[in-house]
Amino acid sequence: MDLILETLGLAQSAELLSLSPPGWGGNLLRGLANSLQIAFGAFAFGLVIGLFGANGKLHGGVVTRDLLAIYTTVIRAVPELVLILILYYVGTDLINKAAQTLGYGRVEISGVVAGIWVLGIVQGAYATEVLRGAIQAIPPGQIEAARAYGMPPLMLLRRVTIPAMMSFATPGLANLWLIATKDTALLAIVGFAELTLETRQAAASTRAYFTFFLAAGALYMTVTLCSGFVFGRIEKWARRGQPSLKRSKR
Amino acid sequence: MTYKTVLAATVAVAAFSANLAAAEEVKIGIAAEPYPPFASLDASGEWIGWEVELINAVCTAAELECVITPVAWDGIIPSLTGQQIDAIMASMSITEERQKTIDFSDAYYNTPAVIVADKSMDIEATPESLAGKIIGIQASTIHQAYANKHFGDAAEIRVYQTQDEANQDLFSGRIDATQADSIAMADFIASDTGACCEIKGAVANDEGVLGRGVGAGVRKGDDALREKLNAGIAKVLADGSHDEITSRYFTTSIYSQ
Amino acid sequence: MTSLRALFVPHRIVLMGLFIAFVVWCAVSLRWDWIPQYAPLALEGLWRTIWLLVVTCVLGFLLAVPLGLAQAVGPWYLSAPAKVFCTIVRGTPLLLQIWLLYYGLGSLFPQIPWIRASELWPILRQAWPYAVLALTLSYAGYEGEVMRGAFSSVNKGQLEAANAFGMPRFTVFRRIWLPQAIRSVLPTLGGETILQMKATPLVATITVVEIYAVSSRVRADTFVVYEPLLLLALIYMIIAGIITLAFGYIERQVPTR
Repeated sequence: MDLILETLGLAQSAELLSLSPPGWGGNLLRGLANSLQIAFGAFAFGLVIGLFGANGKLHGGVVTRDLLAIYTTVIRAVPELVLILILYYVGTDLINKAAQTLGYGRVEISGVVAGIWVLGIVQGAYATEVLRGAIQAIPPGQIEAARAYGMPPLMLLRRVTIPAMMSFATPGLANLWLIATKDTALLAIVGFAELTLETRQAAASTRAYFTFFLAAGALYMTVTLCSGFVFGRIEKWARRGQPSLKRSKR
Repeated sequence: MTYKTVLAATVAVAAFSANLAAAEEVKIGIAAEPYPPFASLDASGEWIGWEVELINAVCTAAELECVITPVAWDGIIPSLTGQQIDAIMASMSITEERQKTIDFSDAYYNTPAVIVADKSMDIEATPESLAGKIIGIQASTIHQAYANKHFGDAAEIRVYQTQDEANQDLFSGRIDATQADSIAMADFIASDTGACCEIKGAVANDEGVLGRGVGAGVRKGDDALREKLNAGIAKVLADGSHDEITSRYFTTSIYSQ
Repeated sequence: MTSLRALFVPHRIVLMGLFIAFVVWCAVSLRWDWIPQYAPLALEGLWRTIWLLVVTCVLGFLLAVPLGLAQAVGPWYLSAPAKVFCTIVRGTPLLLQIWLLYYGLGSLFPQIPWIRASELWPILRQAWPYAVLALTLSYAGYEGEVMRGAFSSVNKGQLEAANAFGMPRFTVFRRIWLPQAIRSVLPTLGGETILQMKATPLVATITVVEIYAVSSRVRADTFVVYEPLLLLALIYMIIAGIITLAFGYIERQVPTR
């Protein structure tokens, strides 16, 4: 192994990337763990917002619908970088002010929570649209049948709406998950120690810009490819029992 | 409709209850971007550098329980006013403009601002000499304010997120010169990549922009913390621990009255 | 298009009233006195944002056509690299791609002396070529994937008919295949262009002075935090609105079957 690296002239890079100090590999992996944690949290938070948002857009009152329309339009028209800055500074500021008036004293907002909060709100807007489309694609008869049996709304959501829309929603959600993992990179701008900032710190400290940016790119690629595989399985599972939607081969 | 209300309430409670732990310790904000030799991250994920050691010394002297919290340099003042940190100790110079927004402790170091350029370049630290050149500076620093005011008319100013990136571009030859703190630049010039360049001289002083040394920033009206930090800084200066830390990083003193 | 009458139902009037109240509150109680001083800079930045957007979308689309074609019908030695390219561009954060191109390539230049001696060096010293390159490749990567779908979905019978008429292959492509593919991607193109607009502020991190960088400069100079960001968000929303209207107009010009 060493010989191969030596002959390829990569020994130096391998040393820089080794997992224990003086290598920076450990830092990169820690950053990756942070990125994934935030991406996962934001994705989940976004899904919750999306579920309520989609429901509100489809069945809510006129005011709810208008407010949701404003939410999704604004979030999707403003760059994530700007949204993150606004939500990060304004959001933490507002929460602190609210907590102080309520007499809680100062609220401590960790980077992870702030990141999840900020990206979750962004994800929520997209998730609302994806889920709305998916819910609309469910044959209305299925929901009406469940209602006719007197199913309570929460059970209807759990037993009929969510399983039935899964197959329509998974491609869109897979895309959203990928966006979530990549958007965590933007948190580098607010100084959160995720993969991209760790990479930048390592690159600046060692001046090996190429090595570290390529290594980080490879890590992101791995996440993407693994997610693609996992979502492929989920989609297959969600579509079980349904006629294949794939067009026949040319 | 009730299930929605219940769920919404649960989500809201879950989102907030986790963070309602009141903080007792003092959060000292430093820049998340590396700024050697004052503060940078090492390969094991620890913050090291002159300023990090000084923060620990000052906090011990002032009997404060400090937690070093990295935040983006670009947003470090909003982070302070937004209460995510309690004090800034990130080589921030005490300037009039900043004092409109935050308060400062006494200075704990001061160094001149210098112009650094390639050895082969015939450049002086004057507006005339820098006319037509490309000057790289770090965003939200006194150097940005100074360069915009004194060189901005004749030279092209390029703004970087970190001084390290400006140094990198000086090394690649994409900028002609950079203006920065003399100590930080001495460290850069001593490195492999910095061998290309040399300090061309200190810029003419403009106290309104360059300020009166580096101090700890606190929220306006947070006099209790400011007094404690002042006491801590006075103590480390008096008992020689400031000099001791300095001697391990630099050959000359970086504090003058 | 929403009819005017639909806007004047009671709850919307209330909402609009609230919105106007919010705008008035913003105008009165927030700080806007910095606008006149920075307006010329902001216009320059706005122009650069739009320029970047238009240039990279056009170049990216031109690159996306062969990428899509190679993936849809190309032999394996063309389709495989095209697929790998699209996967990599779509699988890694754009911010990282931009930094890799700018700082990664930048760190290579000093090792290759002839580049610095060449005629191209004055251009390579600038930041915008890297910004254009990174944004173009990104757009091409995303759009290449869309074009692949569009090319494969064009009705095979039409292509066969054209072949049967003895139309040369390039004419078939120019007259039938490409126009139909473009028509089928038009609805998504508007959305993709808005995504591209949302990507432009990232190039501020490599010293390109577009509208986002101007707002950062205002924040750094004046310590006004929220107002420049709010104005910035508004500007981006207006640009997004214009893009939506423009693509809606183009779509209406194209006859549907």
